[in-house]
Amino acid sequence: MRLYYSQRRFVAPIPGASALELDQLKVAHPGRNTPAVHGVSLEVAPGELVALVGPNGAGKSTILKAIAGLLPIQAGSVYIFGLPIGACHHRVAYLPQRGEIDWRFPVSVRRMVLTGRYVHLGWLRQPTANDDLRVHEVLTQLGIADLAERQISELSGGQQQRVLLARALVQDADLLLLDEPTNAVDAATRDAIAETLNTLRRQGKAALVATHDLDHLMEYDRVVALQEGRVVATAPAALYVPDEWIA
Amino acid sequence: MLNWLIEPFTLGFMRTGLLAAALVGLTCAILGVYVVLRRMAFIGDALAHTVLPGVVIAYLNNWNLFVGAIIAGLVTALGISWMSRRDSVREDTAIGVLFTGMFALGILLISTVRSFRDFTHILFGNLLGVTQEDLLLIGGLSIAILLVLAMFHKELELTSYDTTYAQVIGVRADWLRTLLLVLLALTVVTSIQVVGVVLTSAMLVTPAAAASLLTRRLGRMMAISALIAVGSALVGLYISFYARVASGAAIVLACTLCFGIAWLIHTVQQRSTS
Repeated sequence: MRLYYSQRRFVAPIPGASALELDQLKVAHPGRNTPAVHGVSLEVAPGELVALVGPNGAGKSTILKAIAGLLPIQAGSVYIFGLPIGACHHRVAYLPQRGEIDWRFPVSVRRMVLTGRYVHLGWLRQPTANDDLRVHEVLTQLGIADLAERQISELSGGQQQRVLLARALVQDADLLLLDEPTNAVDAATRDAIAETLNTLRRQGKAALVATHDLDHLMEYDRVVALQEGRVVATAPAALYVPDEWIA
Repeated sequence: MLNWLIEPFTLGFMRTGLLAAALVGLTCAILGVYVVLRRMAFIGDALAHTVLPGVVIAYLNNWNLFVGAIIAGLVTALGISWMSRRDSVREDTAIGVLFTGMFALGILLISTVRSFRDFTHILFGNLLGVTQEDLLLIGGLSIAILLVLAMFHKELELTSYDTTYAQVIGVRADWLRTLLLVLLALTVVTSIQVVGVVLTSAMLVTPAAAASLLTRRLGRMMAISALIAVGSALVGLYISFYARVASGAAIVLACTLCFGIAWLIHTVQQRSTS
């Protein structure tokens, strides 16, 4: 018997459903009256990489957090593989911004990445050799296998970002929500992340990525521009021209 | 020399005392690592003081002192957890108010009894007065606490450094914090007989703080912390036996000495690496 974490169930996806479907989503931060996101509608198909761009405060992180179940939804709906939030949560991996983590806590890279497997384990169950193997594979894929036993307090910014990506990948999710994965990283890390996104697309996985990195939007299939909590432009990545206010 | 080492423990009450101190030291040391890393030292101190009125009320009514302490400890743990969900009063302020208030209530109740002496063992511990039943209770509680810690280790660890991700996968960080507070309350209760309410937080914080200076690995930190606590229990009892001083205070001072040594080692290491 498995005791899964609260309200996270393993419901089978609805066949043919989009990876993600937002309809008139409205989200406010707790304790604030004005919503940070007003009526955003958006669809991401399996195998599609979508970039969310916009200035600070445009609502990129807020949308990702609402989909991840971190913020309550005021109005509108969110469907993940045709199911409401929480119904198939093991299929959704979330990569938070680096600042959300206490990097001084004594834990090794291997053990932190292993937490990406916890959603499959639930309460009382310990990770098995298979979970360790998956961690090793992903660390190797991202070129940080040599950091496995290092403490997270000893990592550079780029290494921290790769470790967070590794944790999102070991979950083997079908929809990835990445909040600024390339923020302030070195060129090698950015290339490794781009490479990983490509692999995900080939595997038919979907990703919604908040980014400030307007020079590398070609890696995505589609770009959604936000301003003050509203979608102001949607375009295929090849055709997207950043407006002045974004830069 | 051997004789000198063995002699104290030919006495039954010394053996019981050592066993009780070692058990309590082990539990405090391992739970203490979480207390130190999650910066909950102040809460540990508060819990130790707030059980006082519970113990005094139990004493005045001839109830089991442990039961009184456990009830007061649990009420405080859940109260802190409940209050910290509201932003109107900062958590450390709320704890400061609650803990001094409860401690004052305990002292006030003590002063209604003619003989203050009856309560010195609550304030400062009475390790050599531990009975077989006390030992069984301490042993049972220690095993239960360590078992629960082991069962929820992976979630406790995760929520200690990344509450956001924990929440995403459905692990409620606030529930685990409450669980930790309840375990803390139970640990404090077992510790009171050994070092008393005034010094209990030292058992929780000092060995773990010393260990955190010597290693950056969680498992090793718990092992070193446990070693320091159990070693200090032994050393403290010898000092108490031969120098005829209070056992609880001697154990805490032995822990403090270990912390001093750990701090020196840490400082020297930092100098040599920089």
